[in-house]
Amino acid sequence: MIFDYETLKIIWWAFVGVLIIGFALTDGFDFGVGMMLPFVGKTDAERRVLINSIGPTWEGNQTWFITAGGATFAAWPLVYATAFSGFYIALMVLLFSLFFRPVGFDYRSKVADPRWRNAWDWGLFAGGIVPPLICGVAFGNLLLGVPFHYDDTMRVEYTGNFFQLLNPFGLLAGLLSVAMLLTHGATFAMVKTEAEIAARVRKIAIYASLATLALFVIGGFWVARGIDGYSITSMPSANSAFMPLAKTVEITSGAWMDNYERWPETRAIPVVAIVALLLVAAFGAWRKARLAFICSGIAVAGIILTAATAMFPFIMPSSLDPRSSLTVWDAVSSQKTLGIMFWLVLFFLPLIILYTAWVYRVMRGKVTLKHIADNEHTAY
Amino acid sequence: MLPIDEVVSLSRLQFAVTALYHFLFVPLTLGLSWILVIMEAVYVMTGSPIYKDMTRFWGKLFGINFAMGVATGITLEFQFGTNWSYYSHYVGDIFGTPLAIEGMAAFFLESTFVGLFFFGWDRLSRVQHLMVTFLVALGSSLSALWILIANGWMNNPVGAEFNFETMRMELVSMTDVIFNPVAQVKFVHTVAAGYVTASMFVLGVSAYYLLKARDTQFALRSFAVAAGFGLASTLSVIVLGDESGYTAGEVNKVKLAAIEAEWDTHPAPAGITIFGMPDSKNERTDYAFKVPYVLGLIATRSTDTQVIGIKDLKKEHEVRIRNGMLAYAALTRLKSGDKSPAARAEFDKLKQDLGYGLLLKKYTPNVIDATPEQIAKAVDDTIPNVAPLFWSFRGMVALGMLFLFIFATSFYFLIRKQLAPQRWLLRLAVFSIPLPWIAAELGWIVAEYGRQPWTIAGILPTHLSASTLQPSSLYFSLAGFILFYTFLLVVEMVLMVKYAKRGPSSLHTGKYHWELLDKKPAAPSKTPPRPPLPKPTR
Repeated sequence: MIFDYETLKIIWWAFVGVLIIGFALTDGFDFGVGMMLPFVGKTDAERRVLINSIGPTWEGNQTWFITAGGATFAAWPLVYATAFSGFYIALMVLLFSLFFRPVGFDYRSKVADPRWRNAWDWGLFAGGIVPPLICGVAFGNLLLGVPFHYDDTMRVEYTGNFFQLLNPFGLLAGLLSVAMLLTHGATFAMVKTEAEIAARVRKIAIYASLATLALFVIGGFWVARGIDGYSITSMPSANSAFMPLAKTVEITSGAWMDNYERWPETRAIPVVAIVALLLVAAFGAWRKARLAFICSGIAVAGIILTAATAMFPFIMPSSLDPRSSLTVWDAVSSQKTLGIMFWLVLFFLPLIILYTAWVYRVMRGKVTLKHIADNEHTAY
Repeated sequence: MLPIDEVVSLSRLQFAVTALYHFLFVPLTLGLSWILVIMEAVYVMTGSPIYKDMTRFWGKLFGINFAMGVATGITLEFQFGTNWSYYSHYVGDIFGTPLAIEGMAAFFLESTFVGLFFFGWDRLSRVQHLMVTFLVALGSSLSALWILIANGWMNNPVGAEFNFETMRMELVSMTDVIFNPVAQVKFVHTVAAGYVTASMFVLGVSAYYLLKARDTQFALRSFAVAAGFGLASTLSVIVLGDESGYTAGEVNKVKLAAIEAEWDTHPAPAGITIFGMPDSKNERTDYAFKVPYVLGLIATRSTDTQVIGIKDLKKEHEVRIRNGMLAYAALTRLKSGDKSPAARAEFDKLKQDLGYGLLLKKYTPNVIDATPEQIAKAVDDTIPNVAPLFWSFRGMVALGMLFLFIFATSFYFLIRKQLAPQRWLLRLAVFSIPLPWIAAELGWIVAEYGRQPWTIAGILPTHLSASTLQPSSLYFSLAGFILFYTFLLVVEMVLMVKYAKRGPSSLHTGKYHWELLDKKPAAPSKTPPRPPLPKPTR
């Protein structure tokens, strides 16, 4: 193995980050299109334009989510075990909402009855808005710390409940996530549609990007001034295998800003996110669809990275027993597993990006009302 | 705090429901994707448009099924974390890897190209589109490979070792995990069963059109593809049946003995019990009808290897449980801080039996103070319930034989060009459509129920694996799954039946039965005489 354990642990923090950002960048606009579907599409044909703008590619996009789940299991088994069992009800609601998408896309246009189609449109709406909301609320709660602890056999016990997740900061993070992906979906639809639909989504892109900006800035001040951060005060060598309970952690106000002070160049990340959001609004106003979409992608990546950088090396801090907090140093798999998985990711990730790009190339071009009329029986 | 029994039972029920439900859709995806490849390959080679219509029509049914497979598959990717968090911690170092690879190497391929399969017809050349269909099929079978490597490892956990520093199993050899003989046998058996399912589906639906004498050219060609592919697949399922995998790994021996209700060890080669009434309480099988030698030949592929009976297995297990208590004591000593070489050596000597010691956690949290009664209970736990396994397995095998008969006779009459008069066979094919699903579900019951009381055979008992959740959370999720899944199944069945009945007319090419019928004025007389079936042209 060419890397030592410590380096591999940091690489895997980056890999999981890449998968989560990949998920937000690709499936993110599917969610965004889903949540505006019943409002932007005034007629059945208009709704079908929106659905078919993402129809041929959404499935591959969702695979980022599945793969991020699998990679978390392989690389951070304790995070996989603790987060998903802790956020049990939230994750179940997320799964239930995701059921609507594969079925909704495929089944909606197979029956002509308007009530049937309308019902599925609301299903797709739920499948578009619930996942970003829950993911956002969950991330917000990670920043706050969640109540769990381990016993000496490493069995986790989570003492919070679903409604405690819905605190003001968690909800703000949820709204930020929804606004961010609405922006992303709207800019994507600007690229893929024309005429009236394009005009409607353009307006949404402008307003949603400004709303995202406002929520992001408020969230930033809240994290800096309003909530407590976590920092490791002592731990065994980062190059060794150890369990979470072997370290000590303290909770102090403003600790989430430490990384930005230690590495001042990281301050560029939130700045880039803010500038990108302003540019989305500007390119929206100037009708530059592609540029707006690229900027919203940069904003999405920037916003996620801003939160991840603030928390590093923490992944899931424990408010109940800070020692139990999960970090990149102690929530990880063995060096051997991380090493094998490193090569696999290095091989498969570029391959995936390559063939996904080819599929998008094949399906390039705008989806129009005429296209739907011509493909009445084959389009979604 | 360990999860209470109610939570363990509900978690098991939920996993069984969601996994069995997911597997209603997987086999059809596995097989139908290759049938689409075959049909489209013929189209590309011959240029005959009817094969394009076949690919598109069966592709439509594929899509209806595929959507459900995707919807129900997401659940399983996350359910290890939600409901089996101790399991996820304990074996994630090994078990997570095949799941992650499945995502990257297989599912991405399948789901990225499936959109192009449906929407790429006018944007790709014929060969390009065939490639896309091929990649979808390849992706779905590869997906099964990695999932079954994960599942094979649960049954025969090779290439891993317990690390007391991290309190979990850790990877020693990835090669051993991938080339686990149990996983390989499971893979071949499971995908071939999927191919059988899809073949029976296409065969049965085509037989329906033949019986109704509509779109016969279309139906005959589909029937022919299904009969050929189905015959080959059924032979693979039976010949490469997975009983041979049951001799690898300790717990698989138990599973084999339970499936066969072999209470005692008989001299090799053992006879097979074709029929009987297993009686777990008295450890005997009443009214047994035995055929000599056969079990030994099938299970061990030899004439001199014994199939060990349940009573002898229990004796072995008692020894291992007692060793497991010592292993647990040695582990406790290590964890209390005594990491001297002597303490490590002591633990290393005993650690292969640690899992058997953990079986006692159900009865006494300290393990080392177990009473002889508690040990006896734990020994009883090591044998899964015999009767359900015995019957599920026999049901599966009987169905397999029926499939062989149907495909073989279909194939025979097809090449003799005498299919049309065999209306009994066509009817049998229609009514057999649901049967492969029953066989597949029975197969999973044998595989998973037969692994009890373990999640990881010999390593981690089921009752320790579950998350410590509130029962109310489980009632919520279980109710949600049952509600959503029932609703979705009804919707799926309605659409599937609707499109299957409409047949290739649903492609709106104007060439097929219902559309031709709509164009013609209504027939003035009663039902027209049934036209004879044309012979397939070559």
